[in-house]
Amino acid sequence: MEFLNAIVALSNYVLIPAIAYGSQLSLGALGVTLIYGILRFSNFAHGDTMAFGTMVTILVTWWFQSMGISFGPLPTALLALPLGIVGCMALLLFTDRVVYRFYRAQKAKPVILVIVSMGVMFVLNGLVRFIIGTDDQRFADGERFIITAGDFKTMTGLDEGMAIKTTQGITVVVAVIAVALLFWFLNRTRTGKSMRAYSDNEDLALLSGINPERVVMYAWLIVAALATIAGVLYGLDKTFRPFVYFQLLLPVFAAAIVGGLGSPLGAIAGGFIIAFSEVMVTYAWKKVIVYLVPFESLEPSGLVQLLSTEYKFAVSFVILLIVLLFRPTGLFRGKSV
Amino acid sequence: MKKLLMASAATALMASVAGAGSHSNEVKLGIIFGFTGPIESLTPDMADGAELAMREISESGMLLDGMTVSPVRADSTCIDSGAATAAAERLLTSDGVKGIVGGDCSGVTGAILSNVAMPNGVVMISPSATSPALSETEDNGLFFRTAPSDARQGVVMTEILMDLGIEEVAVSYVNNDYGKGLADSFETAFKDAGGTITISSSHEDQKADYSAEVGAMASAGGERLVVAGYLDSGGSGIVRAALDTGAFDTFHFPDGMYGANLETNFGTEINGSTGQVPGTDSPGAQVMQELGEANDFDGTSSFVGESYDAAALILLAMQAAGSVESADYKGEVMGVANAPGEKIYPGELAKGLEILKNGGEIDYVGATAVELIGGGESAGNYRQYEIKDGKITTVQYR
Repeated sequence: MEFLNAIVALSNYVLIPAIAYGSQLSLGALGVTLIYGILRFSNFAHGDTMAFGTMVTILVTWWFQSMGISFGPLPTALLALPLGIVGCMALLLFTDRVVYRFYRAQKAKPVILVIVSMGVMFVLNGLVRFIIGTDDQRFADGERFIITAGDFKTMTGLDEGMAIKTTQGITVVVAVIAVALLFWFLNRTRTGKSMRAYSDNEDLALLSGINPERVVMYAWLIVAALATIAGVLYGLDKTFRPFVYFQLLLPVFAAAIVGGLGSPLGAIAGGFIIAFSEVMVTYAWKKVIVYLVPFESLEPSGLVQLLSTEYKFAVSFVILLIVLLFRPTGLFRGKSV
Repeated sequence: MKKLLMASAATALMASVAGAGSHSNEVKLGIIFGFTGPIESLTPDMADGAELAMREISESGMLLDGMTVSPVRADSTCIDSGAATAAAERLLTSDGVKGIVGGDCSGVTGAILSNVAMPNGVVMISPSATSPALSETEDNGLFFRTAPSDARQGVVMTEILMDLGIEEVAVSYVNNDYGKGLADSFETAFKDAGGTITISSSHEDQKADYSAEVGAMASAGGERLVVAGYLDSGGSGIVRAALDTGAFDTFHFPDGMYGANLETNFGTEINGSTGQVPGTDSPGAQVMQELGEANDFDGTSSFVGESYDAAALILLAMQAAGSVESADYKGEVMGVANAPGEKIYPGELAKGLEILKNGGEIDYVGATAVELIGGGESAGNYRQYEIKDGKITTVQYR
């Protein structure tokens, strides 16, 4: 019984939130890693791309709600998601056309493209704030919980409750579907194969007749879909606020780099590594330990918290530093930064 | 030359004595507020409130055999201690005030107190300085305030929780001066009362996700979670995350968490939670508002009632002591402000003066239900509420 309580407490405060957060980060990191693989620069505008896609989705959600369309127990935002993706695709193709293509034609160095993407980031930053404002927007509707903490307690008779939010469930399901589709696309379709070829060796790919502009366009389209899905899931689970999305850039990049830039599998692993370390390092383990130790005399008097929660962001930084120092290509042997 | 100097000095002295003599039927009170500076929009109404009390007493003709009261305004600037000290110095030396209503902001109030009021032995009553540090400052019994110290809410909160039999709480405070100050004062008071604080951790406003913060607090445990934050920001985030994970289901809310959104955001989910917010059921506040309307100022604006009370307390204390000198009346301030005695509300100052003249006792209630505690600061008034069926329900006033 004690052991079960410990497991439940651990799931409630560490595993479930970290899995949901990790899925959201992974989807974000996949976008970053794809851009790095195909276009060969770190896209600093990614956080704000997520914000833009989410904003379009929110606006469509409101429009649906005003017309009385709902998705039963699931959030209406899921219905609006495809339109949000389309909006985000249009934006990314537009920025590619007016900004990045110019620098690509000049064969600009990656560092220049990084600075250019920062410029795009600031513009998007302003654009999103201009349209939807700087405040919190909550757009989740439908059932809030798959199982509430109280119901869980009465159901199992345990002392500890375990809550699973609908949004957490949706996050995991949608992330799994999105990743499966992505890998199917990259490994099985002609376009996906040409993208991987282009990423592995640009010159060889060009020699074999792959159209670079086409590859770049597909990359942007996929990134738009991934960024919007990641943003909407994060916003549903937590809250939408432009500044928060801008801050997400750090853990997303940390995830992509830890996994190895350019490696999709690495991005997923990196997302979960960052999410789990953030949550586990700042969690106070007292509760779990108290259930596990057999004697009261062994119980910890302190909270057994490695870092207080203010230092959450520091965790991403530290992991980033360690990886860059000891294994610059990341866990999955991506491109060196 | 020497003789000439002596002579002119003597003449000047005589002139000033004569001048004082001719005005012996008048007592001057200084009003030192920040008429310029960060709170310049509040101070005109505050000064009007103080002057209303003085005028009321002058017109009654009851103060010490028909003395009249005349106010002298000075500018404290709210932030510049040097300028405030100079202005207060002028009030005492050139205007010869017998008491000071002010200062307003805590910093300049402390400066005036230690640089001017203490050396000259003049009583000052501040209507709006709320820094806990002023409770500790040495004042020779000259300094009072009609506003509660910021530390007071921590004490009130402790009393409420102890009365409910809750002795173990977790605290989450917003990481700024308000949250930190409140959490510190509550921690001290709660521990002194024998309670245990399992964890006192800060949260940042405007974050997307508070599950990590709540996880730490859930681990620490506690019968109730005290959320010293803001309702429309991080405070609500903490409550939401605590409810979602089932970490806590009852809370205690200080003033920053009070508002209609408490009902709309959480409703019945937080049934049984408690809180307190500054407020009084004393009829004085209503009277003050009417007096303000009649005299063309806003009686509901911040610290206006406190200003009225500060001026009234000085004058009532003078009446009780039978003297306008600070050394004589400083000991009477607490007596007229607190029970026992006949309750005196705004607009009834003449009645208070008469009772005191006949040797009776008064309990000045005034616009803000003044009750001076400790070294002479307002106990403050708080409304204790409970969430019942998703509605904020008043339990009692403290």
